Amino acid sequence: MKNCVLYILIILLLVIFLISFGIGRYPISIALLVKVLFSKILPIQVTWPEVVNTVIFQIRLPRIIAAILIGASLSTAGVVYQGMFKNTLVSPDILGVSAGSAFGASLAIFLSFNMVKIQIFAFIFGLVGVALTYFVSLKVKENITIGLVIIGVLVGSTFSSLTSLIKYLADTNDKLPTITFWLMGSLSSITLQDIKFILMPIGLGMIPLYILRWRLNVLSLNEEEAKTMGLDTFVLGNIVIICSTLMTAASVSISGVIGWIGLVIPHLSRMIVGPNYKVLLPTTALLGSAYLLIIDSFVRSLVEVEIPLGILTSLIGSPFFIFLLLKSRRG
Amino acid sequence: MLEVKGLDCGYNGKVILENVSFTAKEGDMVCLLGSNGVGKSTLIKTIVGLLIPYKGDIFINNEDTRNLIWKDRAKIISYIPQVFSSMFQYKVLDIVLMGRTSYLGLGSSPSKEDRDIAMEAIEKLKITHLKDKIYSRLSGGERQLVKIAQILVQQARIIVMDEPTNNLDFANQTIMLNHLKKCIDMSMTIIMATHFPDQAFLYGTKALLIKDGNVTEIENPNENLTETYLRDLYDIDLKVISLGLSDISRKVCLPVF
Repeated sequence: MKNCVLYILIILLLVIFLISFGIGRYPISIALLVKVLFSKILPIQVTWPEVVNTVIFQIRLPRIIAAILIGASLSTAGVVYQGMFKNTLVSPDILGVSAGSAFGASLAIFLSFNMVKIQIFAFIFGLVGVALTYFVSLKVKENITIGLVIIGVLVGSTFSSLTSLIKYLADTNDKLPTITFWLMGSLSSITLQDIKFILMPIGLGMIPLYILRWRLNVLSLNEEEAKTMGLDTFVLGNIVIICSTLMTAASVSISGVIGWIGLVIPHLSRMIVGPNYKVLLPTTALLGSAYLLIIDSFVRSLVEVEIPLGILTSLIGSPFFIFLLLKSRRG
Repeated sequence: MLEVKGLDCGYNGKVILENVSFTAKEGDMVCLLGSNGVGKSTLIKTIVGLLIPYKGDIFINNEDTRNLIWKDRAKIISYIPQVFSSMFQYKVLDIVLMGRTSYLGLGSSPSKEDRDIAMEAIEKLKITHLKDKIYSRLSGGERQLVKIAQILVQQARIIVMDEPTNNLDFANQTIMLNHLKKCIDMSMTIIMATHFPDQAFLYGTKALLIKDGNVTEIENPNENLTETYLRDLYDIDLKVISLGLSDISRKVCLPVF
């Protein structure tokens, strides 16, 4: 039954994938799309204008791949953190990765760096944020898990203040709008180069978590139980933090801050397939991809001027989350 | 066999118990008795490896446990804490299967064989009807039985429990203890903290009395755990009464007003 859900989600994602190619300022029918795609491997005569190729491969394909990768990454990071911290209200940002990335990007924009450097700064400062949280919380003797959460909030808030400071100092005509727009999160300017940039860290994060996913169940129990049942919670906890941070930092570095998805999608997935990570992890990744792809398709087709993706994910995410909470309370 | 030799234990740099030595053999049920906050849980956590001893050694089957990794430790000694639950809505069978963690490779999940072992434990504890229920929604007594099933599939020969009958109603306490008795009969070893001297009389092969940082070992508590010891242990007036039941002598401990 539960494998059935996975197959359905894979098919669903494929359908959304195909449909989303056609959506946008320049409409492309599915028939044409299929023809164009196959023309890359089969000798089909080109009967369409060159602009179709550009729209599909240069503009839409990178954006769609980015939505799939980022949707999967943020949701997966959320679902593994929720287990590790034994709290369903935990999101991928909990250890300060997004706040760190936001600061890194703002700083790079402030210093007039180019796009590549902005991404590298965002990525590195995301890692720095989590590293700070991690090493400070090791000094908190009481309880490492609670220590991480508290220090994470503090580190996050420190980076947010620094970001505000940069915004305050930034040139209001040019840099401030760029920073503000970056922080809202968007996939509108993604290129194939960006995809290459994030593919490696996302793979490095996703694959170990996928392999170790059954053990995440044990990690979600009380720590003393998990240890005496034979799980090295320290080692697995570190792997989870490293993997989630790589995926989230990579995502945020090319898309900006996209909120709520790492909180809403794990909840929805748990309602559909239950808490067992064996099925929950792939379900969450697929559902996250589908969700972000749908929302991004709306973003680029709904109104004349494109709304930043991050605004829409939280605008839809928070009421949807309330709906899920009410529903699960009743069930 | 578990051997504790000259153990000093505690936490946060504070020594709670000093120079503790005792052994627990196959078929032993060791009852830890003492007032609240006297160090029963500290001793238990040190034995299972959750706290690092300040001094002394703990041997299991003549092997020093100090440097054991969790995976190897879990195969020889298992632990039921005072409080346990799950934030998430796992099914009982999933919870029991987690007891197989130490036997599974890094990337694997429970096999058909692991499932059979889990089902056998579930049937042994007569909780087959609970197998597809949500663990976190069960009553305290049912949850305790599920936890025992999980410990059984872990297949460690030594079980350490912190007040296993706490929060259980009278019938569930008895059911629980009878299951533990069966484990003893299969020559496993049980070490448990308890607040009921009666349990030491009825099931204990050994009692450890913990007071003021010291541990007194008493063999065969049904014979040797006297009123004097208990009065001294709890600092209240009490009476130990022998009941003349059919074939065996039973004792109960009652407070005196």
